[in-house]
Amino acid sequence: MRLTVAGTQKDYEDGLTVAKLIEIENVETPAYVTVSVNDEFAASGTFETTVLKDGDIIEFLYFMGGGQ
Amino acid sequence: MASAMAFTNEQLERYSRHIILSEVSIKGQKKLLAAKVLIIGAGGLGAPAALYLAAAGIGTIGVADADAVDLSNLQRQVIHTTQDLGKAKTLSAQETMLAINPEITVKPYQTFVSADNVMSLIDGYDFIIDGTDNFPAKFLINDACVLAQKPFSHAGIIRFKGQLMTYVPGSGPCYRCVFKEPPPPDAVPTCRQAGVIGAMGGVIGSLQAMEAIKYILGKGDLLNGWLLTYDALKMEFRKIKLPVNESCAVCGKRPSITRPLDYEQAVCDLK
Ligand SMILES: [Zn+2]
Repeated sequence: MRLTVAGTQKDYEDGLTVAKLIEIENVETPAYVTVSVNDEFAASGTFETTVLKDGDIIEFLYFMGGGQ
Repeated sequence: MASAMAFTNEQLERYSRHIILSEVSIKGQKKLLAAKVLIIGAGGLGAPAALYLAAAGIGTIGVADADAVDLSNLQRQVIHTTQDLGKAKTLSAQETMLAINPEITVKPYQTFVSADNVMSLIDGYDFIIDGTDNFPAKFLINDACVLAQKPFSHAGIIRFKGQLMTYVPGSGPCYRCVFKEPPPPDAVPTCRQAGVIGAMGGVIGSLQAMEAIKYILGKGDLLNGWLLTYDALKMEFRKIKLPVNESCAVCGKRPSITRPLDYEQAVCDLK
């Protein structure tokens, strides 16, 4: 299946969960990333059980703390 | 055309490149001169924001910061100079801003933002710029602005990356909609631990000033409902749609946060 992950289209194996995608994509500080799927937030407890499907658009939103 | 009578010749000259823009004109410049913007944190983000807002003729600019200018600040905090080392950042910022534009009012608040003072700090301001460097302050400013129904610009910078979003009351998500609560201390690197390229503050802080100016003018599209991310190494900007979180603890349908909260956490750059 084809997903759009952080703006880039790529092919992935069917049945992929949000948790597995986070692992494959080597997401930084994975415990604290916010994920949106098709412009909806994926609830933090549901990453293991949310199965992605062909055409899904996934964004990773990262904490960024600096500023001073 | 609205009356130019209220403007002195010097003002017409100073703001001529604004006034010539159809989106600004005399009317818009008057709005800028009547506006009040609070900048919390006179550092990497707050320094460029303060310079551009002062130059733009924002009539009243509050600057809140508890720190003094340190040598390690000067790589990015361009409102302060080597001669300012040891001086309160609020005063150093005020001097530079008034040197650029003596006709504005700069209000220094030499204090840390806390649950006790945040509501009174933001009171009376039209727009708030979050230029702080730590999560407790960022959540505190978000919650206070949601509770007081004030628009604000949130931003963060680290290494070669930066990002920002704008909260507009009743029109899109707040920071807490996206990030529910601060990460545990040291779970996410800060700029002190990880470093930041100095010009990043210039890029993102200037974009925060731009959001404030557009909000005051009532022109263009703001970053409410969007996170703009910038990766300098890839030289890539991305505008990511942010959903509203109806169960948000502060702006959601049944909010559990009804007053500002202090989180205990070590902060990045306090010394
Ligand atoms: Zn919210």
